[in-house]
Amino acid sequence: MNGGLWHGAWRRLRANPAAVAALCIIAALVAMAFVGPWFSPNEVEALDWSHVASDPGMVHAHWLGTDRLGRDLYVRTLAGARVSLAVGLVASAVSLSLGLCYGAVAGYVGGRTDHVMMRIIEILSGLPLIFFVIFLTVLFGRSESLLFVSIGAVGWLTMARIVRGQALSLRRKEFIEAAVASGASSARIIFKHVVPNVLGPVIVYATLSVPQIILFESFLSFLGLGIQEPHASLGTLIAEGAGEIEAAPWILLVPGVFLTMLLLCLNIFGDGLRDAFDARERR
Amino acid sequence: MLRYFLKRLAGAIPTLFIIVTLTFFLIRAAPGGPFDQEQTLPPEIMANLQSAYGLDRPMWVQYSRYLWALVHGDFGPSFRYKDFTVTELIGQGFPVTLELGTIALSLALVLGILIGSFAALRSNSAADHAAMALAVAGIAIPSFVVLPMLALLFGIHFRWLPVAGWEAGSIRHLVLPVVALALPPLAYIARLTRGGMLEVLRSHFIRTAIAKGLPLHTVILRHALRPALMPVAGYLAPAVASIMTGSLVVESIAGLPGVGRYLVQGALNRDYTLVLGMVILYSTVLIGMGLLVDLLYAWLDPRIRFER
Repeated sequence: MNGGLWHGAWRRLRANPAAVAALCIIAALVAMAFVGPWFSPNEVEALDWSHVASDPGMVHAHWLGTDRLGRDLYVRTLAGARVSLAVGLVASAVSLSLGLCYGAVAGYVGGRTDHVMMRIIEILSGLPLIFFVIFLTVLFGRSESLLFVSIGAVGWLTMARIVRGQALSLRRKEFIEAAVASGASSARIIFKHVVPNVLGPVIVYATLSVPQIILFESFLSFLGLGIQEPHASLGTLIAEGAGEIEAAPWILLVPGVFLTMLLLCLNIFGDGLRDAFDARERR
Repeated sequence: MLRYFLKRLAGAIPTLFIIVTLTFFLIRAAPGGPFDQEQTLPPEIMANLQSAYGLDRPMWVQYSRYLWALVHGDFGPSFRYKDFTVTELIGQGFPVTLELGTIALSLALVLGILIGSFAALRSNSAADHAAMALAVAGIAIPSFVVLPMLALLFGIHFRWLPVAGWEAGSIRHLVLPVVALALPPLAYIARLTRGGMLEVLRSHFIRTAIAKGLPLHTVILRHALRPALMPVAGYLAPAVASIMTGSLVVESIAGLPGVGRYLVQGALNRDYTLVLGMVILYSTVLIGMGLLVDLLYAWLDPRIRFER
């Protein structure tokens, strides 16, 4: 039955042209972020004082122009994209594993444990978590690993809720009863039987959370709380460009367009994935 | 219902207390202090400053003093903006932020519900697909990209609107920031309305209403809209949170004199009281919104009124 679900989902996903196109563009953007810099003669942090804030064009080596310090925007945007992608993936993985464990335990154990655990989630989601990310970054300095973890720590609440709901309904299924009857421990049941069966919605939500996290990281970097100079993420590049729109709009446009395309395609793909897994949503 | 509401209101106070306490000790645990500058101050001056602001006292004394003042409505003096109290700073900036946020939220609600309803009524038509494609774009593209691009297009290219800045009461200066701020929640609300509406339109009581010959607009407005808006009501609190966080960057790009800058700058400058004041302000707005949503739920779905 499980294989059928995955097979059906894959079939439905392939039948969705928007999702397939989005996936192709994502693949292209990711490939470009990693392979693209090889084609350019410029280094990420190299300053070219003879080309300061020069416009895009093929006449000089800076195809997409340079910023105020003469750094090549093409390589810098791609380097920023690598950082943004890494944050998106790592932080999603953090929030996925936290939410998966928490939700599966709460849903499977149920009863008072579930009640208390869900109450904690309720309180936490009532708090403006962005403050805590801001404070964490201020507190512990702006290290990049901390940034990954703190962003991931914000996203796990919704994941835990989704998993818990699924686990709650699985608890009454016969195959779980069979596992209990054959003497499997709770931990074994949770990780061998509950977790694999909630993966569908979890993957969908995780896919949709990647663009949210990338957006959040760019937001923090934009505020000056994320990635620090001379390193760049798409957010810091956009922040730099936003101050230059009158004199040199391409400094904004190059990273802005890249980020927009990436987020748009990730969202479209995530939506397609959700429709593919959840037959009810397809109308 | 009133009792339930009062119970929730009373429940908000411990939540706020926890937030204040957590923030107080978190920001104090951060390295550095409010008087750190490029060149270090002579120790005597530093000591004077510390004692003038009560920073030389034990932590629990500072904490209880702060709470005591807070109960009396005193948010304390700002550490960085000399001669200003936190109340004054927030009092100057908050009206701007509030105006921006309220207009953005209203715009998002009105347009989002309209677009979502029309998309649902013409579901799977070209217009529906176009609206939903735009909605994905609205959700995906962050406001700090939208705003500079709008400014580039309408401010610099066409010269229709000011790129940035603020004149009290000037609508023209508000257009671009409001649009940038409203777009993500607008898109989300349109999607939620469409989904809710489609769900409701398939239910039996709508079929009955249509079958007994009511005109379509009556069916929609009188029967379908209220239950269809349940998901939107649930999204209100996150929408406000998203607008508040969005206004942090939108205000800084558009150069608006709102309170957004105080949160991040305050945290970076270790302006303890200012940060606490901002956190209290934002949390109160969010918690208040949560209460409002509860009331809204009860109004939208009468069954809830009897459950509690």
